[in-house]
Amino acid sequence: MNRGIYMDWNATAPLRPSALAAMSAALQEVGNPSSVHAFGRRARAWVDHAREAVTALVGAKAPLVTFTSGGTEANNLALNTRFNRPLIVSAIEHESVLRPARLAGAQIARVGRNGEIDVAHLSHLLDKAAAPAFVSVMLANNETGVIQPVAEIAQIAKSKGAVVHCDATQAIGRLAVDINELGVDYLTLSAHKIGGPQGIGALILGGELPVEPLVQGGGQERNRRGGTENVAAIAGFGAAAQEAATLADTDRIAALRDLLEEKLIGFGLPLTIFGRSAARLANTTCFASGTKTAETLVMALDLAGIAISAGSACSSGKVRPSHVISAMGFDAATAGSAIRVSLGWQNSQADIDQFIAAWSRVQRAGLARSDAADARISAA
Amino acid sequence: MYSDKVVDHYENPRNVGGFGKEEAGVGTGLVGAPACGDVMKLQIKVGADGRIEDARFKTFGCGSAIASSSLATEWVKGKTLDEAETIKNTEIAQHLSLPPVKIHCSVLAEDAIKAAIKDYREKAGSADKAAE
Amino acid sequence: MNIANQNQKTATKDALPGANVPKLPIYLDYQATTPCDPRVVEVMLPYFTEKFGNPHSRNHQYGWDAEAGVEKARAQVASIIKADEKEIIFTSGATESNNLAIKGVAHFYKDRKNHIITTVTEHKCVLDSCRHLELEGFEVSYLPVQQNGLIDIEVLRKAITPKTAIVSIMAVNNEIGVIQPLAEIGNICRAAGVFFHTDAAQAVGKIPIDVDAMNIDLLSISGHKIYGPKGIGALYVRRKPRVRLEALIHGGGQERGFRSGTLPTPLCVGLGEACAIAEKEMGAEAERLKKLSKRFYDGITAKLSEVYLNGDAEHRIPGNLNLSFAHVEGEGLMMGIKDLCVSSGSACTSASLEPSYVLRALGVEVEMAHTSLRIGIGRFTTEQEVDYAVEHLVQAVLRLREMSPLWEMAQAGIDIKSIQWAEH
Repeated sequence: MNRGIYMDWNATAPLRPSALAAMSAALQEVGNPSSVHAFGRRARAWVDHAREAVTALVGAKAPLVTFTSGGTEANNLALNTRFNRPLIVSAIEHESVLRPARLAGAQIARVGRNGEIDVAHLSHLLDKAAAPAFVSVMLANNETGVIQPVAEIAQIAKSKGAVVHCDATQAIGRLAVDINELGVDYLTLSAHKIGGPQGIGALILGGELPVEPLVQGGGQERNRRGGTENVAAIAGFGAAAQEAATLADTDRIAALRDLLEEKLIGFGLPLTIFGRSAARLANTTCFASGTKTAETLVMALDLAGIAISAGSACSSGKVRPSHVISAMGFDAATAGSAIRVSLGWQNSQADIDQFIAAWSRVQRAGLARSDAADARISAA
Repeated sequence: MYSDKVVDHYENPRNVGGFGKEEAGVGTGLVGAPACGDVMKLQIKVGADGRIEDARFKTFGCGSAIASSSLATEWVKGKTLDEAETIKNTEIAQHLSLPPVKIHCSVLAEDAIKAAIKDYREKAGSADKAAE
Repeated sequence: MNIANQNQKTATKDALPGANVPKLPIYLDYQATTPCDPRVVEVMLPYFTEKFGNPHSRNHQYGWDAEAGVEKARAQVASIIKADEKEIIFTSGATESNNLAIKGVAHFYKDRKNHIITTVTEHKCVLDSCRHLELEGFEVSYLPVQQNGLIDIEVLRKAITPKTAIVSIMAVNNEIGVIQPLAEIGNICRAAGVFFHTDAAQAVGKIPIDVDAMNIDLLSISGHKIYGPKGIGALYVRRKPRVRLEALIHGGGQERGFRSGTLPTPLCVGLGEACAIAEKEMGAEAERLKKLSKRFYDGITAKLSEVYLNGDAEHRIPGNLNLSFAHVEGEGLMMGIKDLCVSSGSACTSASLEPSYVLRALGVEVEMAHTSLRIGIGRFTTEQEVDYAVEHLVQAVLRLREMSPLWEMAQAGIDIKSIQWAEH
């Protein structure tokens, strides 16, 4: 079966063969890493080995890695560790930060029209806070790919006594990340965005800092996260981290993305490429063109065998405008028509050509048809 | 997990067994507690020259406890009581490469040596008195 | 045992002619974790590679394939406990399920109710969740168990107050394998209008469970205890009468808002398949394990005196033996049976030197608790392995008893309790 062209790598990446190999081997192990016998120690060795690799990816130390069930849990775990500090997050964070942040009554820092967090506003919120704050900002946005000035924010926040968490889920494997250079206290990673398996992530500590566990019992992960270690997934994460650390394909993928944008501009239709003036991840482009809703575009492209997404994967089942694009100051119609193309190591120039061909067909399709499609979706 | 020396003593323990408690020249040390997970019985047999000519042990405990007491019986043989008393738990721990969680096993072995010597001296003292 | 070289026929395979020594070491720790069944791995593999999509991507084929896999798995999980698939939430494992069930219910109903009932022999993650809630101001009753490890139903009945929000009692204990009277507990809870949660990590796939017949409102499931993968579990949450929960992990609103985060499709699929296999084979497998356990126990007791079975002999899962070998210390014993992978105490705490709190709760003396081993027999255990294990265990116990001062005293008729032991 021809499964078409996958251009939705910020939602999830295919598993790297090295990760699959590590997992297949680890899945055939029997032991529980907490058991002291030979089987248990072999399982423990897989976990320890992977911990080293994940650590090396972001320049941290092995004991400071806490494996979680994914980026969402790692983000929740970090926010659970704020110890009554007032919380400040940016408006473009992932839902796994924004949701718990809203429940905790967080202050929301604004972003500029180019998709970058407004550092002056965040600094102002730090000054206004009743006590030293807990700041959570992402390193690269999942929808626009815009890279955030995290080191600068961390420096300012630290000077005001704040603790800083950074969600680096979309950044690792796409740009060099060093927890010490960023100067943050907590860093969230997810395996399945770098070609590791789904169901595993990590919270990395910048130093010997406390973690207030969300899931308790058993004493695993130095009491920071209870539960039998997900050995195979951790092994896969380690293997993926090792490969991702090389950033091998970045330049080639950047060239593909730039080519795609040039061709889109070449159509001469109204086009907004979000965050284009800011530093962005090399693999991501997010844009809006014309009047068709993002839903219509995503479905039309899927029929043409091309998988892309509107907004982030978690909310892509729901038809609502992207909160990221809205936060950048665009109107609801623009935010509602933004789509994201995100590339990875399997994409080639042929994929870009096919996308452009399909895009051209979709754009040429009669207005009446797209209106009908829009009506169907809004009725659903 | 366990050092080669611990494994060797566990698999080939030296001087397992015992002497009759009331035998002449025998001192018995019984240290530890079942509730703590280790009990050592260490016995010495002192010759006419005042040197320990033989030693025996029995131990209820983990591999490190068994190795510590086995090693202790080896070390006390041929020593005078005063020399045997200077054996330190740290020497036992170092020789067996015990990890920190197992240091208490070497402490117990040192205690067992001291208890056996004390028992011998008490018995010898009361024997002397009875002879007077 | 080498899982990689085994196929599904292993469950019924017999000793090869002329081969008396099985492949070493022998895994006898099936309550700590189980190998992933090769049939499960096979079903998972396509979801790692060609069907790798994010199951929440609702707009393209990759997402749909992944979603279909997850939903089939959800139905398989529901089926083994006779629930509706809409009542199943995937989690990262039974530890998270237990945390979510107990903290989730306590937090949601905290304005009206502030009392939780559990037992002293629960898994650490239940006890730790309860302690955490105590710090928040909730009241927790920790029910004692009887000498056989089972709770006294009347003690439970009396412990329930109008302020009780939830009763959390495990279905099967991880150390001693005893089965709590689920249906009776469920009846009492339903009549009192209190939610009943059970940690069924060690029970699912081993004993029949019917959430409706047993009036269970919340139930935790683990993947890696039933020959599925690690890192996946599920929580059953009853819809009628409706149980409400406050989520532990917030975000994209997956799993009906109860549990956010991208679902690990291959792991979900693996858990589903593991449940389907267990449901199909449970009856025959239980009979086989019962025979093997009996063979093990009879083999040991025929050759050794002063061996005691911990936990009720009748109300226990086939495949668990928790034995005390008087006068032989458990850790020392484990070192003597290096070819047998068994456990002293539960795996989570086995790095510590404390005797098992579960055995202590049964009233087992501390000194006896120090002499205990948990032997877990499971799907890939063979008769040949059992025979080999019995032989080696007997030899090791005999040797260590010869070296044990306590055995010597007992043989001489000295009461060990009469001795003034020095504390150290």
